[in-house]
Amino acid sequence: MSWFRRTKEGITTSTEEKLEVPEGVWWKCPSCKKAIPSADLRGNKYVCPNCGYHPRINSTEYFEVIFDEGECKLLFENLRPKDHLHFKDLKTYKERLEETAKKADVTEAITVGVGKVNGNKMVCACMNFNYIGGSMGSVVGERISKAIDYCVQKKLPLLIISKSGGARMMESAFSLMQMAKTSAKLTQLSEAKLPFFSLMTDPTTGGVTASYAMLGDINMAEPDALIGFAGPRVIKETIKKDLPKGFQRSEFLLEHGFLDFIIDRKELKQRLSDMIEMLMALPASSARS
Amino acid sequence: MQYLDFEKPIEELNEQLEKLRKLGEGGKVDMTSAVKELEEKISLTRKEIYTKLSGWQRVQLSRHPARPYSLFYIQQICSRFIELHGDRGVRDDNAMIGGLGTLDGESVMFVGQQKGINTKDRQFRNFGMANPEGYRKALRLFKLAEKFNVPIVTLIDTPGAYPGLEAEERGQGEAIARNLYEMTLLKVPVICIIIGEGASGGALGIGMGDRVLMLENTWYSVISPESCSSILWHSWDMKEEAAEQLKLTAQHMHQFKLVDGIIKEPMGGAHNNPEEMAKTLKREIKKNLIDLKDMSPAERIDARIRKFSSMGFYEED
Repeated sequence: MSWFRRTKEGITTSTEEKLEVPEGVWWKCPSCKKAIPSADLRGNKYVCPNCGYHPRINSTEYFEVIFDEGECKLLFENLRPKDHLHFKDLKTYKERLEETAKKADVTEAITVGVGKVNGNKMVCACMNFNYIGGSMGSVVGERISKAIDYCVQKKLPLLIISKSGGARMMESAFSLMQMAKTSAKLTQLSEAKLPFFSLMTDPTTGGVTASYAMLGDINMAEPDALIGFAGPRVIKETIKKDLPKGFQRSEFLLEHGFLDFIIDRKELKQRLSDMIEMLMALPASSARS
Repeated sequence: MQYLDFEKPIEELNEQLEKLRKLGEGGKVDMTSAVKELEEKISLTRKEIYTKLSGWQRVQLSRHPARPYSLFYIQQICSRFIELHGDRGVRDDNAMIGGLGTLDGESVMFVGQQKGINTKDRQFRNFGMANPEGYRKALRLFKLAEKFNVPIVTLIDTPGAYPGLEAEERGQGEAIARNLYEMTLLKVPVICIIIGEGASGGALGIGMGDRVLMLENTWYSVISPESCSSILWHSWDMKEEAAEQLKLTAQHMHQFKLVDGIIKEPMGGAHNNPEEMAKTLKREIKKNLIDLKDMSPAERIDARIRKFSSMGFYEED
């Protein structure tokens, strides 16, 4: 005797509300639930043509969106993660890295590319959420650090696209120190008077928010992205109250003064080239000279 | 005296000693040799326990309710201390204290998290968990120190930056990020000392120093063992294991070159002899300040950037 009995035969969920859609051909918008041909989504810069929802995308797609002809040169791909601490929770970090390497189409939680944005050369370091939750490990810190050196050397602006759950616990304090490392390196980019654009996307939390993501000369975010230091669940447990609607979303951050503006993915490329042209048209002034 | 679970053998022996002493006071039996024997045994047991502390046991010591906090040390080592309040924006954060002290005739700017010494005080200090205005108050004092060429000492002791609704509204992430950036560029010497808990970004937010030192029984990690256990093991029961895996002790951190030195504590932890601990702390601060003053501001800033940029492990194909 089972606890539940089927009262209706067959599957009753209507095709429109089905969660699983065959991969490749169709994309189902998690917000408006409409099934959209993948080619249309791509043609619309990975923004839902029906409701404007911004699905989570990786560096491959972002580079396609921002760089001319979708072309760029990847940098520092030779830097690979390592299980230095022999960390083991339910599985070892080494196993986790191997499993991730098999599944993911990227080599770490950040990919660095250099290319042209409407003719303006720019370096972009873009985080990949599907690589261990976009967590900040040593390779993320080192790739950003090397990207900054590259920008200083070649006098190029830097865009960091953040998308991260925060620290990579399996790298313990080394992960924490990537906050220190990236922030310290950003002082050199600033010293060289090169613009640093920070784009926060869904989600940007923890150590990434508390370091480079918030340090942009221009801080921007995609619409309705979750951005915060502590995660909503932790805050809810701390204050023992429900969180207000829209809390820690891009619009909330704009209202509280932490963003310069919210930018639609479709307008990102134009906005970037506008800012590069406006900020880098003349030699930047140094203090008191 | 409060004993931690692993200190039970010491507690039992101390109780025995107490009994023996009372018997001896009666004057009928001479207990001198028995007392002496037991005292030696206690000393041996203490040595055995305290020289083989696990990661979790050090976490426990770092949170010992009798452990001295920032203001105690400052008052012990300074002949004069003027506390300075407020971030000039929102309010004064009582979890983050700071002010000017005179240390053997020289001015030092002290900034640190402060925990409470009783239930009411702990609430007043928000358990040492600062809000954004606490980090901004710290930054204001750093800049003040820089303006008047006063070296900075930060005392770190926090279970984390406060994860509250208003903290997010006022930009906890931005406040910490700003400090990491600005501390990198401070022209005066900066010494950061972890005196208790060094939890994550909340600790690092006042932790970008030319010298970062840890007291012997403290920890520094990206996450507390409890939260790590809850996230990675999906259970609150693996905190001991998490503490081991995180390699969060001063010994580990020094071995990894993530901190510059370890400051020895009195046997059994700082709370066993707070005055002695304060003296040691003062000696270490003075020694490091002398070394740092030999460098020019530009040299210190360069070295700071180089030090933090070199942190990390990876393979290069």
